[in-house]
Amino acid sequence: MGRKVNFAEKPKKGPGKKAKKQPAPKFSKKLLGTEETVVDLKKLSHRQKQRFVKRSARKEKLLTANANAIAKKKLQHKQKIENKYESSEESEEAGSDDEQMESDEDIKQVEKSMKKGFKQVKTPVEESDESDDENQFESNDEDDSDVMPDNFDQAGDSESDSDEQEPSNKRKRDILADSDDESEQEQQGSDEQESDEESGDDSENDRKLPIEKASKKLKLQKEKDDKLAEDELQLNIADKEKFSLDEALDVDKALNLQDVQQRIKDVVAILMDFSANRDPTRSRAEYVDVLKKDLCTYYSYNDFLMMTLMDVFPVNELVEFLESSEVQRPLTIRTNSLKTRRRDLAQALINRGVNLDPVGKWSKVGLTIYSSQVPLGATPEYLAGHYIIQGASSMLPVMALAPQENERVLDMCAAPGGKSTHIAAIMKNTGVLFSNDVNKDRIHAIVGNFHRLGIINSVVTCVNGIEYKKFIGGFDRVLLDAPCSGSGVISKDPSVKTSKTQVDVQRCYNLQRKLIISAIDCLSAKSKSGGYLVYSTCSILPEENEWVVDYALKKRNVRLVPTGLDFGTEGFTSYREKRYHPSMKLTKRYYPHTHNMDGFFVAKLQKISDTIPENDTEDIDDEEQLENEEENQEGKKKRVDKRDWFHKDLEEMKKKPEDPVKKQNYVTNVFEKPLKTEKTKKTKKSKKNIQPQTETDPKTLVSTPKKDNNEKNSTPAANSNKKKQNQKNIQQENGSDTIASVPSAKKAKKNIHQQNGSPKAPVSTPIKDKNVKVVNGKNSSPATNSSKKKKFQKK
Amino acid sequence: MKRLNDEQTKIFFEKLTKYIGTNVKLLLDRPDGTYCFREMNRRVYYMSERILKLAENLSEEHLIAVGTCFGKFTKSNKFMLQITALNYLAPYAQYKVWIKSSAEQQYLYGNHINKAGLGRITENTPQHQGVIVLSMNDIPLGFGVTAKSTTDCKLADPLITVCFHQADIGEYLRSEDTLM
Repeated sequence: MGRKVNFAEKPKKGPGKKAKKQPAPKFSKKLLGTEETVVDLKKLSHRQKQRFVKRSARKEKLLTANANAIAKKKLQHKQKIENKYESSEESEEAGSDDEQMESDEDIKQVEKSMKKGFKQVKTPVEESDESDDENQFESNDEDDSDVMPDNFDQAGDSESDSDEQEPSNKRKRDILADSDDESEQEQQGSDEQESDEESGDDSENDRKLPIEKASKKLKLQKEKDDKLAEDELQLNIADKEKFSLDEALDVDKALNLQDVQQRIKDVVAILMDFSANRDPTRSRAEYVDVLKKDLCTYYSYNDFLMMTLMDVFPVNELVEFLESSEVQRPLTIRTNSLKTRRRDLAQALINRGVNLDPVGKWSKVGLTIYSSQVPLGATPEYLAGHYIIQGASSMLPVMALAPQENERVLDMCAAPGGKSTHIAAIMKNTGVLFSNDVNKDRIHAIVGNFHRLGIINSVVTCVNGIEYKKFIGGFDRVLLDAPCSGSGVISKDPSVKTSKTQVDVQRCYNLQRKLIISAIDCLSAKSKSGGYLVYSTCSILPEENEWVVDYALKKRNVRLVPTGLDFGTEGFTSYREKRYHPSMKLTKRYYPHTHNMDGFFVAKLQKISDTIPENDTEDIDDEEQLENEEENQEGKKKRVDKRDWFHKDLEEMKKKPEDPVKKQNYVTNVFEKPLKTEKTKKTKKSKKNIQPQTETDPKTLVSTPKKDNNEKNSTPAANSNKKKQNQKNIQQENGSDTIASVPSAKKAKKNIHQQNGSPKAPVSTPIKDKNVKVVNGKNSSPATNSSKKKKFQKK
Repeated sequence: MKRLNDEQTKIFFEKLTKYIGTNVKLLLDRPDGTYCFREMNRRVYYMSERILKLAENLSEEHLIAVGTCFGKFTKSNKFMLQITALNYLAPYAQYKVWIKSSAEQQYLYGNHINKAGLGRITENTPQHQGVIVLSMNDIPLGFGVTAKSTTDCKLADPLITVCFHQADIGEYLRSEDTLM
């Protein structure tokens, strides 16, 4: 029924877009250097040349006033000497102006005889004195004049023509002459003289001596002029550099974006070779500061993100990164190998008017889309599940994971299911794939994509990834594509530029740490084929990547293994003051400017054993983690030693069940958005509520061990306390400088110790001290915490 | 995750046989392990027993989907096949309808198929028979019910509806949120 359609493949029509021949590359003037300016001049039209010359001359006038004055004197002196050898007529005349005119005469005679246009003949001497405007012409024409001596013999023969040419030359000269009255007068005068001397010319030319003389003169003049020009050039260069430097560091001046861009370029150039280009009076910090401000205004980032990016990238790479973050990455799709082959899909899409290419050698399923006449998210092929739209970078973690058939795999943060479907496709619908996401709204996308792509081995769950172990474990492989700040996908979501702050990043990596620990716990080390975890983020900040992996290495029995991806840059082993595990080299980073895909990080970990290291029980985890952070930041190791007098108290504190209020406070401090002023009132209230309890508790508890406490306060304090107090003071200062959002229990503890062990504490009121002490970390901490919070909020 | 009770089983398999006939057996007796149907939140899922065992570790509030969703029981206790079942219906279908590429778009927007858009149809298709709709490239696009038998189709007007639309793959876009 119906017509039969020809389904045969359509032959290609002509060469594709890629076969088009590219035009020759164009380079900017700057790249080609100063020599090219001359060439460029020649391309300009005549008027343009004139205008350009005038402009440049005006600039040079001021700069070269001194140099010119010196040169003038020299010239005049030389000319005087030369003139002595010339005919008596000329020598009789006095005055520097006249002399020069005479010298002109000689040259003109010669050149007339050469049948050259007056324009070319116009001599440098005249010009250098009369009008600087024409300087550039000279330099151009001088090049031609090198050839002149060779033509002299011929010139002699064609002398008779010179008379005829004279008038025309005169006319030309009149036209060319500047509006300056002086120069006109002089030229007129010289014309008259010429006409007078015409008769004598013939006799002189027979001897050919003046011609030679003139040529010598020309040469000399040319040499001098070259020297002058060079001097000027060097002067100009030196001047320009100074100018840019001053300009660069004068922050308030720049107004429009072009200025800012120029300044960015200048400062980057200086920073690239700092010792050579720097202004010795300026420090590197000043340059960097200017650069940061400029980049922030030009690319509209906030200060924090720009700071961190500057830490991550060297200066030249930073600009490249920022530039490429403004541009969209090419659209890529992934073939669903369960339903079709890439070649068939490409053919079908080409028939629909899509221009595409394989994404690269590294992937057998990816296709890059250059242009499309139809919306790619609504073609029948798409709806039939033959492909899914997915960034090139999103294929990398799955390739690193390398799932095998008949394995049990977990994708912890799966939505919208791009990577999950990829995993299932590689597993060929065998085994079991658990896809999890916390967000119920986004889970619909996973289910939809799974059914569209025909994945049947999946279990879609909606569980908080941190407690996934409670439900099911023993996975062969786990993919953790952790939620992140998104600093690698700024081109997709530019709001990252301004919205992310230190607190946001901190919240991210705290969550990531919990997730990665949870993911490792879900793994089974006994798995025959696996026990692998792939951790990936679309962020490029080391805090969210290397640091998190490093944390996992410390907390669990895992080791880093090669990702199996043959491209990408190595992960950082050190970043600022932090030093990561040396095997961090095995992780891979991807940048938009080097790999033309979204910024990405991929790390592959293998679980060595299922046992959890003893010292890292879950409860202490977070506190210690934050303590460690602080220690790192302060660059000091402060561990509670068993010999310390308060060690026992700490032990007790740990054993006691945690106060829910304290826990809440602690959690809000770290993981929630900074509280608004209204909430502080609430916390105050809660504090008030708690305090009466705290007072009641110790009375009952403390009644017996009073003496012990007294002893404790008095004896060991003497030695250790002085030191500690000093440290604490320093640390408190530091603490206020360091990130406000890392208040935590540790600081609270410090305060308590201070209170406990302070020698200043009056002996007459030991009970108060004890109260505080027994109450210690548990009950008093909310108070201290909230006070910290207040500080933080004020900031 | 519950087993289907007798009544549900009856309703469900009746519906299924409308489209794939006796091939329903093939869904249950498979060479690559036992497969089964389970009901969850009034939806019917089809999965391997291996997967089922693992999935049963999680409670229903945490489970969103397991395996392939075939459709759901309506409030009036009828079974509604959903487009997600197409993966299993298409290969086992007895009666098929091919539509021309010009009518593809219309069908994917949820319209019925008229005679002008009909490319091919299985011989001897009776009226009101469940059919799978395919494009001319043999890509399954959805399923529906014939409005006319094959013989009637030959004589029908170009604008007359030949096949009623029930579900199409355009729903993945149109009703992504309500599908699950």
